[in-house]
Amino acid sequence: MAKYMLIMRGTDETMAKMMETPFEQMLETVGRFNDELIKAGVLVAAEGLDDPSQGVVVDFSGDTPVVTDGPYGETKELFGGYYIIDVASKEEAVEWAKRLPAMVGSKCEVRRVPAIDEFPQDNEWVIKERAWREQTGQL
Amino acid sequence: MARADGSALSTPADDGPPVAESARRAVEAVWRIESARIVGALARFTGDFALAEDVAQEALAEALVTWSRDGAPASPVGWLLATARRRAIDAFRRRAARDERYALLAGRLGEGEAVTGGSAPPDGPDELPWDPDRVDDDVLALMFVACHPVLSPEARVALTLRVVGGLSSEEIARAFLVPVPTVQARITRAKKTIAAAGVPFELPPADERRERLGGVLSVLYVVFTEGSTATSGDALLRPDLAYEAIRLARTLAALLPDEPEVFGLLALCELTAARFPARTGPDGEPVLLEDQDRRRWDRSAIRRGLAALGRTATLGRGLGPYGLQASIAACHASAPSVAETDWERIVLLYEALGRVAPSPVVELNRAVAVAMAGEPEQALAQVDELLVAGRLAGSHLLPSVRGELLVRLGRPAEARSELELAARLCRNERERSVLLRKAAALG
Repeated sequence: MAKYMLIMRGTDETMAKMMETPFEQMLETVGRFNDELIKAGVLVAAEGLDDPSQGVVVDFSGDTPVVTDGPYGETKELFGGYYIIDVASKEEAVEWAKRLPAMVGSKCEVRRVPAIDEFPQDNEWVIKERAWREQTGQL
Repeated sequence: MARADGSALSTPADDGPPVAESARRAVEAVWRIESARIVGALARFTGDFALAEDVAQEALAEALVTWSRDGAPASPVGWLLATARRRAIDAFRRRAARDERYALLAGRLGEGEAVTGGSAPPDGPDELPWDPDRVDDDVLALMFVACHPVLSPEARVALTLRVVGGLSSEEIARAFLVPVPTVQARITRAKKTIAAAGVPFELPPADERRERLGGVLSVLYVVFTEGSTATSGDALLRPDLAYEAIRLARTLAALLPDEPEVFGLLALCELTAARFPARTGPDGEPVLLEDQDRRRWDRSAIRRGLAALGRTATLGRGLGPYGLQASIAACHASAPSVAETDWERIVLLYEALGRVAPSPVVELNRAVAVAMAGEPEQALAQVDELLVAGRLAGSHLLPSVRGELLVRLGRPAEARSELELAARLCRNERERSVLLRKAAALG
């Protein structure tokens, strides 16, 4: 068993299509999928992101970071949100990814999330982060 | 009959890419997600649980062969459902000669096929002749049937993991360290028993519900316990098995959101599993609670466990046996160290637990808590009562606790012989070596 992140990647076309979809309808579609994950006992966390055009990009190509308004890059693979699921295998994570109510043209990347106990426990920064997680109840 | 456990597929040929292996894993992944819904829907439609399980397994076996040869279909779920349905129709037609009722069933099941255009697999479960809105009830009914009191405890466990959890007989056998044919025989016999006893495929009637739910919870508890403290073998933990129990408990909690003991069991599992990363050392050796690096405890599992425990409180019907055990686990989970643990509260919780679910193991644990709360002599007296009453005879638990208490009371010679006795009785190799090490340290 392991945790996997399903990383949703849309394009500006899929984003536009999503904006056209009535909000209630979208809530129901996504809600039904989330309900499946909950009933299967695999959902750990999920968040969706706001309109990419409202975002800001900080570019580290030069000596100092350059800040620009608007969506990232060529808007072919816009990061739109994620799920974290707790499953038995990578294949199962992929199987859930295939069931995402995704717009035609979008993609989903499936990546394993290492657990904190895979890091050296005596490292001072790991200890600090652990303490913060304990105090705040963060994942 | 074809079985999904085909071991021939699990070892790819030397001269080719491991296509069969990857196909097997893909089939298994789909099956874990879909088995309960497929078997549940078929069982409701046919009214025949054994037949539903048989045809579902046949579809799975067919998938293993076909997918490893041709690749996975575009809609694996639709493919499995369509195949299972076709198998069910075949089975009904075979039986139609004996019983007209089956001819009718075959006809009804065949209607869906006409709608979707013959052999082409449908795109999703919506196109099947069953009602997707009843999926939750089907899955619940499946759990209640798999955990039915007419079955032996071993059969309940095997059947639940197979039909609800979607594990293969091979996976179940590996988890419980028994041969594959043993698991298969248990499942076959269980299906025959259900048929012989005329167990209907439905939710239990209101007057039986509480007791039957208790039966389901105890199966999940047994699976979890075997995963969290393996009774035999060389590994202390089997996290994958414990995880199956947690997953099933989460499903049950989602389907029965108003049952406090479901959340009690879920909380107990989450809070206990939270300690797994700290419970074994680098070589798999057990690490005792007092020596555990609590930084390694899984904080998100603790958070989920405390939330589930909070749900039992919201429901306002008091704590049952699982809720009480979860509360004890919560005391540990919230404590920064053994010394700073609220042992007095733990003693109270064990006393309450001993009243609602009397057991010598609970008495023994209460004695440990009494000792930790600063009363080792009183604890020893309680353990000796168990000893005199002949309870827990043959278990390593009693002498190992007795040995610990004697160490604390400064009686090393007696402690040593108790720990050695415990080691002789212990069937888990990891635990045994810890006991022997402790005994040797006493000189």
